[in-house]
Amino acid sequence: MSTRLSNSGRLLNKGRAMNFTFNGKRMSGFEGDTLASALLANDQMLVGRSFKYHRPRGIVASGAEEPNALFNMGEGSKFEPNQRATTTELFDGCKLGSQNHWPSLEFDVGAVNNKLGRFLTAGFYYKMFMHPRPLWKHVYEPIIRQSAGLGKAPKDRDADKYEHFYAYTDVAVVGGGVAGLQAALVAAKTGARVLVMEQTAHWGGRAPVDGGTVNGEPVDKFVDQIVSELETMSNVTIRTRMMGSGVYDHGYLLGYERVNDHQPEAKGPRHRLWRIRAGQIITATGAIERPISFAGNDIPGVMLASAVRDYAVNYGVSVGDRTVVVTNNDDAYRTAIALKNLGLDVPAIIDARSGGAGALGDEARALGIRVENGKGIAKVKGYKRVEGVAICSQAGEGAVLEEIACDAVAMSGGWSPVVHLWSHCGGKLYWDEAQAHFRPDVDKAPTGAAGEAFVIVAGSANGYLDLAAGLADADAAGKAAAKAVGKKVAKSDVPAAEATDEAASEAIWLMPQGANIKLRMKSWLDYQNDVKVSDIQLAAREGFESVEHAKRYTTLGMATDQGKLSNINGLAILSDALNQPIPQTGTTTFRPPYTPISMGAIAGEARGEIFQPIRKTPIHSWNEENGADFEPVGAWRRPYTYLRDGEDRHSAVIREIDQTRSSMGLLDASTLGKLIVKGPDAGKFLDMMYTNMMSTLKPGRCRYGLMCNENGFLMDDGVVARIDDDTFLCHTTTGGAENIHGHMEEWLQTEWWDLKVYVANVTEQFAQIAVVGPNGRKAMEKLTEDDISAEGLPFMAFKDITLAGISARAYRISFSGELSYEIAVPASQGRALWDALLEAGAEFNVMPYGTEGLHVMRAEKGFIMIGDETDGTVIPQDLNMQWAISKKKEDYLGKRAQERSYMTDPTRWKLVGLETTDGSVLSEGAYAVAPGENANGQRNVQGRVTSTYYSPTLKRGIAMGLLLNGPDRMGEVVDFPRVDGTSVLAKVVDPIFYDKDGEKQNV
Amino acid sequence: MKRYSAFAVVREALSYHMGWERAWASPEPKKKYDAIIIGAGGHGLATAYYLGKNHGIKNVAVLEKGWLGGGNTGRNTTIIRSNYLQDASAALYEKARSLYETMSQDLNYNVMFSPRGVIMLAQTEHEVRGYKRTAQANALQGVTTEFISPQRVKEIVPIINLDGPRYPVLGGLWQARGGTARHDAVAWGYARACSAMGMDVIQKCEVTSIRQEGGKVVGVSTNRGDIACDKLGIVVAGHSGHVADMAGFRLPIESVSLQALVSEPIKPCMDCVVMANTVHGYMSQSDKGEMVIGGGADGYNNYTQRGSFHHAEETVRALCETFPMVSRLKMLRQWGGIVDMTGDRSPILSKAPLDGVFINCGWGTGGFKAIPGSGWGFAELMARGYSPLTEQFGLDRFKEGRFIDESVAAGVAH
Amino acid sequence: MLILECPYCGVTAEETEFHGGGEAHIKRYGPGSTEEEFNNYLFAKVNPKGVHFERWRHANGCGKWFHAARNTVTLEVYGTYTAQTSDIPQDIKDKVSAKVPGWSWREFE
Repeated sequence: MSTRLSNSGRLLNKGRAMNFTFNGKRMSGFEGDTLASALLANDQMLVGRSFKYHRPRGIVASGAEEPNALFNMGEGSKFEPNQRATTTELFDGCKLGSQNHWPSLEFDVGAVNNKLGRFLTAGFYYKMFMHPRPLWKHVYEPIIRQSAGLGKAPKDRDADKYEHFYAYTDVAVVGGGVAGLQAALVAAKTGARVLVMEQTAHWGGRAPVDGGTVNGEPVDKFVDQIVSELETMSNVTIRTRMMGSGVYDHGYLLGYERVNDHQPEAKGPRHRLWRIRAGQIITATGAIERPISFAGNDIPGVMLASAVRDYAVNYGVSVGDRTVVVTNNDDAYRTAIALKNLGLDVPAIIDARSGGAGALGDEARALGIRVENGKGIAKVKGYKRVEGVAICSQAGEGAVLEEIACDAVAMSGGWSPVVHLWSHCGGKLYWDEAQAHFRPDVDKAPTGAAGEAFVIVAGSANGYLDLAAGLADADAAGKAAAKAVGKKVAKSDVPAAEATDEAASEAIWLMPQGANIKLRMKSWLDYQNDVKVSDIQLAAREGFESVEHAKRYTTLGMATDQGKLSNINGLAILSDALNQPIPQTGTTTFRPPYTPISMGAIAGEARGEIFQPIRKTPIHSWNEENGADFEPVGAWRRPYTYLRDGEDRHSAVIREIDQTRSSMGLLDASTLGKLIVKGPDAGKFLDMMYTNMMSTLKPGRCRYGLMCNENGFLMDDGVVARIDDDTFLCHTTTGGAENIHGHMEEWLQTEWWDLKVYVANVTEQFAQIAVVGPNGRKAMEKLTEDDISAEGLPFMAFKDITLAGISARAYRISFSGELSYEIAVPASQGRALWDALLEAGAEFNVMPYGTEGLHVMRAEKGFIMIGDETDGTVIPQDLNMQWAISKKKEDYLGKRAQERSYMTDPTRWKLVGLETTDGSVLSEGAYAVAPGENANGQRNVQGRVTSTYYSPTLKRGIAMGLLLNGPDRMGEVVDFPRVDGTSVLAKVVDPIFYDKDGEKQNV
Repeated sequence: MKRYSAFAVVREALSYHMGWERAWASPEPKKKYDAIIIGAGGHGLATAYYLGKNHGIKNVAVLEKGWLGGGNTGRNTTIIRSNYLQDASAALYEKARSLYETMSQDLNYNVMFSPRGVIMLAQTEHEVRGYKRTAQANALQGVTTEFISPQRVKEIVPIINLDGPRYPVLGGLWQARGGTARHDAVAWGYARACSAMGMDVIQKCEVTSIRQEGGKVVGVSTNRGDIACDKLGIVVAGHSGHVADMAGFRLPIESVSLQALVSEPIKPCMDCVVMANTVHGYMSQSDKGEMVIGGGADGYNNYTQRGSFHHAEETVRALCETFPMVSRLKMLRQWGGIVDMTGDRSPILSKAPLDGVFINCGWGTGGFKAIPGSGWGFAELMARGYSPLTEQFGLDRFKEGRFIDESVAAGVAH
Repeated sequence: MLILECPYCGVTAEETEFHGGGEAHIKRYGPGSTEEEFNNYLFAKVNPKGVHFERWRHANGCGKWFHAARNTVTLEVYGTYTAQTSDIPQDIKDKVSAKVPGWSWREFE
């Protein structure tokens, strides 16, 4: 059984016990424990169930590569699924639940799949569940879906906070093991700015566990010294609990700092996402041990040899009383030796190599450990935990030579450098046959903005597994990085470490070498997704020969560990099946993140109210206080209408329109885009921008203009006022201001850069208020001494006046058909003017109206609305607006485009007004049908509704629409069926429903 | 070809699955084919399949420079819907959707088409109007959609947050028979069916030039030798401009990287696809339990199959706002695919300027959902010179100004 | 995540400060041009794999448009220069040639 040892645990604070629960069972651990070590200390070998077969699963690893120990953690708004036990620190009060089983971890009905495993091989679901067809949707798929998935879905809104950091550094070092630290120190000593991150809570990585000395001192001491030195350097930032998550183009590195996961009640963000730009990135990311493929290698208690050692040394936990070690390399001997030295029993080291180990083998034997060379494990006995192993000859087919009772197996299939970050952005790999792993090809590093290599790999991540060689490589990496960012590197000595005399490892991809199909069907590659050796071999037989095919067909490496343990072993099996060398098979693509990172951290602070900035007009707060029912328009909030007590939207809109048409209304039009176009060539420039002739506009006058893009389509409209000879003010739509500003700049800068024109977007510098209705002038006259009469300020003119003591520009323009002034004042005066107008208009019962009132009134008047009558496919000619297209101009944006055959096609739909025969309101977007169907069996259509409203003025439904030969069909009745197919008849009429002669606006 | 069935699975299990044959053959190229398709993605394989099945043209090779299904077919977010606005698009995508319904049976390969429904959220008044219009159009196009209320949205998607302070949900366009399918299986199923018809699906065969004589295509040169053909279909999303260049014409296409990401798998919590276009995010849950999330496209030409991180950031932020529970999930993996963006964001299914050459490209962000319809129509175009499904998608439309613009939201509200 | 240098304000900044604007050095064709010319002007793109010349705007900075010589496969940026030029400046051509000898792009080389 697994238990806590009294005589070890270098990372524990045994003075501070911590209580937690696992599946409701109370347990305890110490400060410094990971969830995994704490569970093992409580003899919790069974921690979960696999994805497909619901096989019992135990902890396999001690780090980021763990595929099995994933838990539902916490409750309510702090609940999180799939929390990895090996990388999560224990905290007091932690609540854990195991995943993917029903009704319980110990008794899981889903394990019936295990019995059916023979049928549920790789890709079985592609071959069945096809008949009868409806059963897939209603039976098969729901069952498959219910049985898939791991953790529970969170339900509540996240209670935690997250934040983003920006960091700029010369050198970023990922990995705080001895290699990362040495590289960082060397680089920092040149004066370079250095940022070092370590994903765990501790510096030093694996080296302190592995033993050895640096500069004659224990590794721990070396680590302490180097960390304290780095801490004193002002050009160095060091962070634990921060993972290098991904390397992106041009030196962009993502750091994922788990600030408070280990102290969830602490103040501050839970996670912090660092967006780092680094001159050079050093990936000192270490190496990961590989499992060995033998039958039963997935039974709880079978663990990576390095993990067994970690638990014993770092956490004072023995995984078993009797641990059999199985290996193809010398490193696993360290585990045997460490266990023996802690007083635990190691019945045997099973070494698959016929030649056995080097010096470490002698040391093990000297301790009295039995070493069997050239042997392998035929199978592991047990189901929910290891009971023993059957030994065979590695060279054979699995004939059992002997059974050894044990309760744990420590396996080592060799080490694979962690090349993920190196590879994310295009770093290439090569296959090292001697060490049997992929290593970074340092001549083919990822390249940055200037084509320079920007990632340097160091230490065991670079394939230098030995302490001495790793330190030397790291030293060189630190110097190279500093040099690459332009620092002068002084000569210095590499810390001296003893090289261990190790025998070469030997690639062992299957144990025993000739394992039969029954054994291969029990030899796991991917523990979480239940992919076995036999599955990869099946994929190869069926023609899934590309590594990507095999991966996708079998789901190898697609689990939450992304194949950190399984990919190389699977690749080797595939290569063997295809009878080709491993490098020819290639690897799958490494994608960020290195281990999963929280969505909360990615989203950052911007959530809820500050999800996106809201633009507010100077009158916004008044609107808020006075019943505004807002709608988002671009980034603005505009009142759709102003609701009074007991009113619904519809009646509020009617009230606002009735009041405005009969007396006086106000509109907060501040969101309207306002662009100043200024310079000697401004008129010439605007002649190109608008379809109309703007250069002939007289100062003091206004002109409505249409703007098309170069493709001919209408993109915006608005009133242009000529302030003086050189200056125009162009109004744009609310949503269009930024786009149109950009559009103008683009043409000015990239096509007509000879024109002397400046454009400035002054939308937010001015508040704009429309004073609308027959009594508007009377109210305004109370506030000004300037002449704003029909003669003093005629329609389509503007004038600078003083209104309520405020300098204002009053435009006589109308989008409602009523007598109307649009008054622009500096934004800071907007609210004051609004209040003054409300007061002056009180006797006329003035009230504000919203966007819906605006829409209805403009439709009553037959004015088009960009976004309604236009949708990006409409040209001015469709809207019968030839009057707004200058015939005198040789050119304007869109002119050539509008000459193309489809644009001049006489059958293009044209704008008309529509009145239902029964007075009802046409449906939004309804189409006018025509007889018959097209070649694709779709109903023929001949037009569509572009705007449709209830008109309080006409007391009936009115609409505008585009119709085939529309203007020639006045009086004709056309069918616009509802979605249910029932018919709605509408008469084709003039789109101007109200005051056709413009008498009201022109008074 | 041995048929797949539950019975076959049981039978093969008894012999430890040693008896399964190859899903598709691995042939050497022949000297000449009636038709060559460049690109063994979903669209290319589907084209070959329907050339054989519908038009009896079976002397066909599909040439793939990498591995079949290795482009965007295998890296998209697997959404299938046909709730398009314009007639031409709706016809094509609805044809595709209806073929997806029976694809598993047709190909004898379970592609796991899951008609779980697709909702497109309306989060502005403008979007409400746009989707109502689409529902109207769909009703006449034979596409079953419905504009639904926020309450209905909540019933269908309980994890949604209707009352986001920034963009409350005002309704949605609901297509109950939209859904998802297993993307790789679509390519594999077609490849297997093509192979069973005697067609040659040839992987690791890169076309290096297109050979022509007298203004007509006569074949291609490849890294595995010259291969002659009468007709040539170019179906190489992401690389269309490059291959078109070999045939001597330019396309109205820019290639950009589009991103996607998945979360770790969780138990089922969302039984449909949700697209939120105002905030730029869409999400569905795979049968494995991962939340599959579509991200943004880079604004510059990019052939790296990587993208800039800020797009993922924006997408995740939008989804945390729309589905607050997402915040406590973890991103498992992110990736990019190279997509062809055309001048009107609609695809091109067309005869090419070079006689005998046909081009299928420009699917932008939405190619997967169209695979069977695109294959059906493109095969008809290649075989007969005309297809009602592809008629509107010709290259000439750009010259004529006859665009197929699906972005009804292109206009702006006052 | 690209880094670009704005040739106007001299700022080297994140991609998020900029806005991509597609192929550069396109000659405008207006009224009087042929169907072919106008179509090519608006739609035909070289879309190369490799050396590319494209437009960018320093949208969240000085607001200026500029051109970049960039590789669409390696994403290397060879140089940036102002948008007020019809030809590719010689120093930019030299920078590209130094990295990609014998390159050509559209009518330029």
